[in-house]
Amino acid sequence: MTIRARIAPVADTVLPGFAFVAMLAALACVFLYVPNERMQGAVQRIFYFHVNAAWSAFFGFGLAALASAVFLWRTDATYDRLARAAVEVGMLFCTMVLCTGPIWARPIWGTWWTWDPRLTMTVILWTIYAVYLVLRAMGEDDPQIARYAAVLAIVGVLDVPLIMVSVRLWRGMHPSVISAPAGQGGIQDARMIVALVVTLVAFTSLFLWLVWRRFEALRLEDELRALEDDVDALGGRATVGGATP
Amino acid sequence: MWSILRKDLLLELRTREAIAALIVLVVLILLTFTFALDPEGARAAAPAVLWVTLIFAGLLAVQRTFLVERESGAWYGLLLGPVDRGAIFVAKLVANLVVLAIADVVLTSLLVLVLGTGIPTAPLELAFVNALGLIGFSALATLFAAISVRLRARELLLPLLVLPLLVPVVICAVEASRIVLAGGGASAAAAWLRVLATFDVIVTVAGWMLFEQLVLE
Repeated sequence: MTIRARIAPVADTVLPGFAFVAMLAALACVFLYVPNERMQGAVQRIFYFHVNAAWSAFFGFGLAALASAVFLWRTDATYDRLARAAVEVGMLFCTMVLCTGPIWARPIWGTWWTWDPRLTMTVILWTIYAVYLVLRAMGEDDPQIARYAAVLAIVGVLDVPLIMVSVRLWRGMHPSVISAPAGQGGIQDARMIVALVVTLVAFTSLFLWLVWRRFEALRLEDELRALEDDVDALGGRATVGGATP
Repeated sequence: MWSILRKDLLLELRTREAIAALIVLVVLILLTFTFALDPEGARAAAPAVLWVTLIFAGLLAVQRTFLVERESGAWYGLLLGPVDRGAIFVAKLVANLVVLAIADVVLTSLLVLVLGTGIPTAPLELAFVNALGLIGFSALATLFAAISVRLRARELLLPLLVLPLLVPVVICAVEASRIVLAGGGASAAAAWLRVLATFDVIVTVAGWMLFEQLVLE
């Protein structure tokens, strides 16, 4: 709670304003400032959304695993709420990755989807954390649900390297139907690097702000539930919102 | 730990209900595959049929792991016993493994007959691949069965929890079985087997350590 109290003033005032301005700057960079990519044309601009959404998603899932481990160790509900908020926002960005990817791949690779290791990996991650949210929704009334969810988040992260190795091996055994994008020489134009940095800052601040909002909402839900329990404990003499005798 | 394992295995052997039902289920899934696939495709798909059948039938078998104790009210007796919680996990894991291994042997023999894959040239190597795959599946499914048994929609929840995390086992076990069934030998499948073995170790150790968190009251 003390850490929360220290973060709260910044997260409530500075962070949303900063995220808003950074996002405007990011849009300006992507649509006005950056030049068209020579081979891919305007389509390449989606790169700035795609890569940063992927970064935010992985940030979210990593943060969730870390918070889950701390939760099991310290049994402090704060960390459970942080883990849950991080998974929810991470899922949002992971969905965005899976939407922006095919939009780019259709004109460039000539197909919406291919079983490239990175694509496979992202879709498996998406299912793991979708199940996390299903588990939380199904076990809402179970007092131990936070522990179950934490175990899932930890085993999930332990599993990630194994999934990565096996999809890479699996892919290696099958011929590639769609060739890799031509001229994968990295970013050549300095303006593209500027745009990438600006959008990275914008997405990270947006991510942090969304996690903060969800975290606070979950905290208020828990406090409300505790208050309702108190009211019940008073034997129904008090009603919610009414004056207690 | 040995006494829990002995109790679970004795229960299985005396009643035989789980094993009998599991074997019938395995036969039925296999038949369904044979009807759905054309004969040529079925032979090529044999490793996939083997593992998909084992996993889906296995999920239903593992589902029962903690159900017996909960229904008979013996669960708290088990928890109160002077035994490390991790040992309960390992005992349950091994009990599941034994049941799954029996189903696996039946299924593999039937594959040879029904799909006409031919007698495996290296039965020991095939058994080794299957053992590695089954250990990983059994460890993961036993761990999550401890979660799903406590929640309302447990029949739906266990496959949801297990299947996404099981991806490395599915990929590696199918590919390794394909190589071994084609007479490639275990050394040709070494890369897949290494991933399988790593998965087994990581999930078993994680299960041993995390199981305690799932049974705290």
